[in-house]
Amino acid sequence: MASNQIMFILFAAMIVIFSVLTVTTRRILRAAVYLLFVLVSTSGIYFMLNYQFMAAVQLTLYAGGIVVLIIFSILLTSHISQKFEPEGWKKTVFSAIASIAGAILAIITILDFNFEATTQAAVEVNMRLIGKSILSYGYDGYVLPFEVISVLLLAAMIAAIVVAKKAGPANTKSPNYNKE
Amino acid sequence: MINFGYTIWILLLPFLMFLLLGLAGHKLKAKLSGLLGTAGLGIITFLSYLTAYQYFFTSEKVDGAFQKIISFNGVWLRLTENLHIDIGILLDPISVMMLIVVSTVSFTVHIYSLGYMKGEKGFERFFSFLSLFSFSMLGLVVATNIFQMYIFWELVGVSSYLLIGFYYTKPSAVRASKKAFIVTRFADMGFLIGILILSFNTKTFDFITLTSLSGPAITQTGGAAFMGLSVITWSMILIFMGGVGKSAMFPFHIWLPDAMEGPTPVSALIHAATMVVAGVYLVARMFPVYAFSAPEALDVVAYVGAFSSLFAAIIACTQTDIKRVLAYSTMSQIGYMMLALGVSGYGGHEGLGFMASMFHLFTHAMFKALLFLAAGAIIHAVHSNYMTDMGGLRKHLPITHLTFLAACLAISGIPPFSGFFSKDEILTAALHHNKLLFAVEYAVAGITAFYMFRLYFSIFWGRDTHYHHTPHEAPATMTIPLIILALGAIFSGFLPFHELVTSDGKGFEAHIELSVAIPSVIIGLMGIGLAYLMYKKESVIPDKLAATFKYSYKWAYNKFYIDEVYLYVTKKIIFRYISTPIAWFDRHIVDGTINAIAFVTQLASFRIRQFQSGQLQKYGFVFITGAITLAIIFIYLWK
Amino acid sequence: MITGIPLQYFLILATLMFFAGVYGFLTRRNLITILMSVELILNSVNINFMAFNSFLYPHKMEGMFFSLFVIAVAASEAAVAIAIIINIYRRFATINVENVNEMKY
Repeated sequence: MASNQIMFILFAAMIVIFSVLTVTTRRILRAAVYLLFVLVSTSGIYFMLNYQFMAAVQLTLYAGGIVVLIIFSILLTSHISQKFEPEGWKKTVFSAIASIAGAILAIITILDFNFEATTQAAVEVNMRLIGKSILSYGYDGYVLPFEVISVLLLAAMIAAIVVAKKAGPANTKSPNYNKE
Repeated sequence: MINFGYTIWILLLPFLMFLLLGLAGHKLKAKLSGLLGTAGLGIITFLSYLTAYQYFFTSEKVDGAFQKIISFNGVWLRLTENLHIDIGILLDPISVMMLIVVSTVSFTVHIYSLGYMKGEKGFERFFSFLSLFSFSMLGLVVATNIFQMYIFWELVGVSSYLLIGFYYTKPSAVRASKKAFIVTRFADMGFLIGILILSFNTKTFDFITLTSLSGPAITQTGGAAFMGLSVITWSMILIFMGGVGKSAMFPFHIWLPDAMEGPTPVSALIHAATMVVAGVYLVARMFPVYAFSAPEALDVVAYVGAFSSLFAAIIACTQTDIKRVLAYSTMSQIGYMMLALGVSGYGGHEGLGFMASMFHLFTHAMFKALLFLAAGAIIHAVHSNYMTDMGGLRKHLPITHLTFLAACLAISGIPPFSGFFSKDEILTAALHHNKLLFAVEYAVAGITAFYMFRLYFSIFWGRDTHYHHTPHEAPATMTIPLIILALGAIFSGFLPFHELVTSDGKGFEAHIELSVAIPSVIIGLMGIGLAYLMYKKESVIPDKLAATFKYSYKWAYNKFYIDEVYLYVTKKIIFRYISTPIAWFDRHIVDGTINAIAFVTQLASFRIRQFQSGQLQKYGFVFITGAITLAIIFIYLWK
Repeated sequence: MITGIPLQYFLILATLMFFAGVYGFLTRRNLITILMSVELILNSVNINFMAFNSFLYPHKMEGMFFSLFVIAVAASEAAVAIAIIINIYRRFATINVENVNEMKY
């Protein structure tokens, strides 16, 4: 067994087990930690595929940004060791059936399909190439999505600030419709 | 060619009065609404007389026969090319005669009601209903086609219902009005079926086509037969069934005595002179068809008429409510008219019965309306309907007394009053046709004289009752109509009906047959004499007779228990076995189906509403499931 | 291109992660756990894209850049979602998804 196979099996097992644990555990902080493990393992997969830049981005943004954000919000909205009540059985059963059916469908389709590899030579992905691509326009250039993403990030920042702002005295608008 | 265009006002004016008084009457002062109604009737009385004068004396005769003139006709509902329901005005001898009868009696009743109903709550309502009735009855008599007659027939029934139940807070009045309407409606079912059968076979509703001697009703005698009688005969019998209901012949007579719950002017107008003769008018209108295509139906008419007159006369001898005596008397006299039509032939002297029937209709309207109005004056004075509370009234009510006496003499057939002439013609016609029916009617003439004078003597002679407060004569508005009608009752016998109103429109020679006239006068005088002996002074003879013939008296007093039979049949048989299952079916299955549809809709909507539950995860679930399903379909199943 | 590991293994791995995320999205009651499931889904998609890029189109970089932008979008979306969740918590005092169902029939 080659070493990359062993690595792959290790990472794959971590991903699968921890993602299942994330969605089934009853303690919310543990769910966040399991998510963190999943994200780190994903980053490992990227390393195996020789995309070091992406792996780094993954670690930085996801594991270092989003998971921290999630943990902060957990701490803001609920007690840290709060346990969930189990959900009703109807919901779990139906969702499980739907997910498993979808998984089986997808796996069957994947195994059935004949993926043809190309014969062209691989290109060496390094930072220079990435940088040149991301700032060039034309056939292989990605400057347009880059700019759009920038605008999106700006909008998201402003939105997050506005939505989460505490309502000041001039802003108080209590909705006065009748709650059923 | 005379222009009879003004006749449309004879119909329109009462209808407009009905609308005006019905909708706005309560805003006007009571007296004004009464005067408006009466004025409307006065105008149409004048127009009717004008029409009669122009029709009978100045219009052209063809072959010596009066022509049927259509002065107005509008197609209302066109079913096929030839079959259409019109609304129109047909002028011919019997309809013009009826115009005079209806408008005169209605006019006098209007004047009378100004005094009789004064101070009553609902005064304006009364006059608007009277106008509605006049409109309906006039529309019935001038109908150009049988369906128009049916429409107005029903309208007359509605007016009768409204007027009988005028005192709607009295339960007995409400019951009586319902009874009248339901019984006549039931009879009208036969009428409608008869109309449909007739028009299906002859392909027309129009009277002129139906009754013409070369028309389809008379010339086509072939065709299907059912149980030995031709189709036309069956339809004629069914049409006569409608007449039986409206004219209170046996067995549909039960509503007429109860209809006396209405105010007395109503009884005078509707249940004595005009509505109840609608059945007679119907047979007269369709007479050529009866005479030529359905002679068996004429036999039915004759026997029903004779039996009803005998039946009613016997009952009238025992009743104590004066209005009920008069109601049974009406039934008996209408039996005379039906009998006269039943024994009649067509054309010239053969049609003597027809002429006699119309003549008797005319004179009867006069004296019967007079009798009822006088009875109203008496009730108004004494405040009671019963003979036993009255007596010796001749001293207190002179005008009423004399007019009542005139009417009684007329109805008993004493010359020279009008009743003698008309009744005599009927007896002559019966004698020449059917001896048995002649004998029955002859006996009834005597019984009639007896019970009418029993009534007269008990009210105006008899014992000198002591009254709580002295009865006073009625006011002028009530006595003047009495006098007008009395003049009609006395002198209308001299009208030359045999030249004006005959079965084929041509006049014929008619004279009094002494072999019939003298015996009829004798039996009339015998009846009067018997009543004189028993009732002029207070005596014990009546009670002794009642005790001797206990059972006959009991049966006659209880009207031969016909009402009880009807109640039994309806309640125990029809309600229990027919109505209840049908009602169950209607409530559970028909209503149940509709309710089930509504319930299913509601249930479905409740279920469908769950799609909008606001639950994010439900939406997600549906989304994922849908995506998976579509993927399966499009990847694997779609070839 | 990696020797010894066929493409399908990566794809199956991504599938399992994806449907775990779907299960979590449909089942969990807390809004934040739902958000975490969404992150799982996004990540599985990323793995898919990278695997395809490596095995089927090694001469291009489209899959990689796509994943890059997906990560950027996911980050901004998570930020805004957290802000909304905080607002909901302030308004309803609960972040149970079954209780925030005002937009219903």
